[in-house]
Amino acid sequence: MNPNNLLATSTFRLLLAYVALFAGSVLLLLGFIYWSTVAYMSNQTDAIIEAEITGLAEQYRERGLNGLAETISDRLERDPDSSSVYLFAAPDRRPLAGNLSFWPQVSPSADGWLDFEFRDPRAGGRLFQARARSFVLQGGMHLLVGRDTRELKSTQQLITRALLWGLAITLALSLAGGALMSRAMLRRIESINETSRNIMAGDLSQRVPTRGTGDEFDQLAGNLNSMLDEIERLMDGIRHVSDNIAHDLRTPLTRLRNRLERLLNELGDEDPRREQVEQGIADADGLLSTFAALLRIARIEAGGHRSDFGSVDLTALVRDAAELYEVLAEARQLRLETRIDAEISLQGDRDLLFQALINLLDNAIKYTPAGGSVALELHRRGEAVDIVVGDSGPGIPAAQRDQVGQRFYRLEDSRSTPGSGLGLSLVKAVVKLHRASLLLEDNSPGLKATLRLR
Amino acid sequence: MRVLVIEDDPDVAAYLVKGLNEQGFNVDSAMNGKDGMFLANSEDYDVMIVDRMLPEIDGLAIVRSVRAQGKDTPMLILSALGEVDDRVDGLRAGGDDYLTKPFAFSELLARLQALLRRGRQSPAPQTTLRVADLELDLLARTARRGAKTIDLQPREYRLLEYLMSNAGRVVTRTMLLEKVWDYYFDPQTNVIDVHISRLRGKIDKDFDKPLLHTVRGAGYILREPE
Repeated sequence: MNPNNLLATSTFRLLLAYVALFAGSVLLLLGFIYWSTVAYMSNQTDAIIEAEITGLAEQYRERGLNGLAETISDRLERDPDSSSVYLFAAPDRRPLAGNLSFWPQVSPSADGWLDFEFRDPRAGGRLFQARARSFVLQGGMHLLVGRDTRELKSTQQLITRALLWGLAITLALSLAGGALMSRAMLRRIESINETSRNIMAGDLSQRVPTRGTGDEFDQLAGNLNSMLDEIERLMDGIRHVSDNIAHDLRTPLTRLRNRLERLLNELGDEDPRREQVEQGIADADGLLSTFAALLRIARIEAGGHRSDFGSVDLTALVRDAAELYEVLAEARQLRLETRIDAEISLQGDRDLLFQALINLLDNAIKYTPAGGSVALELHRRGEAVDIVVGDSGPGIPAAQRDQVGQRFYRLEDSRSTPGSGLGLSLVKAVVKLHRASLLLEDNSPGLKATLRLR
Repeated sequence: MRVLVIEDDPDVAAYLVKGLNEQGFNVDSAMNGKDGMFLANSEDYDVMIVDRMLPEIDGLAIVRSVRAQGKDTPMLILSALGEVDDRVDGLRAGGDDYLTKPFAFSELLARLQALLRRGRQSPAPQTTLRVADLELDLLARTARRGAKTIDLQPREYRLLEYLMSNAGRVVTRTMLLEKVWDYYFDPQTNVIDVHISRLRGKIDKDFDKPLLHTVRGAGYILREPE
């Protein structure tokens, strides 16, 4: 897994979900603050207007219309920058006093409030929002008392901007934090993955590193390591058992073979029983080589061979294999075509690689009918090196290609051909040891087996 | 021919002693490393068979000690361990050949004979190998039988050279794979037989008396006609 590919990791996706949840709560919180502040401020404005009205009503009661007009003028003189809005108008709504130049052309709302826009000559005729109440006094005179709401509006804008910024910063910080956190987590998970990959490639001695902090990753690493210890112990056990099988069965089998050999030496040259004994020896040899192959596969699969790796001249190896099998191909009336593209050396076990190649070649030659051809190729393929053995035989049905590497697995049609069914298992074991891959493909007709080494 | 067998497994030891006696060898045996070390260093043998794992003194230590004394007695190491690095260890310690247990007696005998041949070789380097009228010129790398020149591929030359240097003795298929092809592997088919029959076609085909014979259950032998 590529640690840079954050989106594909569950840690990061989980964090994204948290960010969304977090952003949602921040939005809700700021929304509430906005709503309650704005509501509070509107109420404040309304309360101030009501208080002014109460004050003016008092003046009106005590001093009549003239007193009212004076009070308005007084107030405006005393505080010319006030946000208060007054208009005392004649019955035809012609302004008599106040700071509005005309009566607003709006009708009051159901609860008696007027919301309107006006141009304030003191502020260079800019457009302002205002909120007011109007009254009809004796003699049809009109009074309008209110406040401009520019402060309220700007506060609303301020809060809206703060809300948006807050949201953006919250998102940015939590995304960055999330990326950092998931990267840190990924690094620790990646170290576990790295160890697992090495182990799958056959190096069972690897262990997951711990930090000694005792956190849950350390606990996971510790548990994995104990599990690996257990697996290693079991595999040692298996190796022991197979070594015991080798010892317990191969030794008496060899003794049997040796007895037959002695018997053969005691029989006269013309003795008719010679053939029986010779066949007995051949059978014993067949069994012994099957055992040897089984043990060899078990040993290779158990790993540990990598210490024997050295530089292997693949070009020479392929050439030697071709030379060894050319005569056999010829004897079976097959053409063996060798194509070597490059001088290639790599780290590996020379004898095992040769054995793997021999097994593939052997199968190709064994199953290709007379008159056919077998191709042996060595070439570079990007970073990798391919050794390809192609034949024009019957091939392996696609459905069975996965199974042919199993021990003793043989195709139905090939049961009559001599062979142990261990050849490809051994190839697979060697391939795994070299962290290489074995590809079985259709050569139409025939089988194309590719050993891809890195 | 004096042979020393150092082997702690009584069955294997008894079997080796019996078999080698029957083949006309004069056999001494030791059942542990200490006795083996003593005999190996104090007596003169033509060849020694040393088991790798021995009580008291390790088999490889005996091999090293014999070599340290300047003796070049051929030594064959026996071992239950068949891994490549074990074989390399054995040869590096000074062993001349390495055989994994369990082994066929014919294989052991063939290897022993090959070792004895080398131990007896004259110090002067040979330039020609000769078996009956078959002649191999080691300098010119050419072969001739009677008046006929035999055209050989490089590998066929090596195969014939190995067979001729072991003339009169059985060589096994594994010995050929190891010494002629220089790979330790298990051929799945009779590929060695095919190489032999091809060589036979070149050296024996047009002649009355064949020199190269197959020994059933054991290997091949190149020998003078009787």
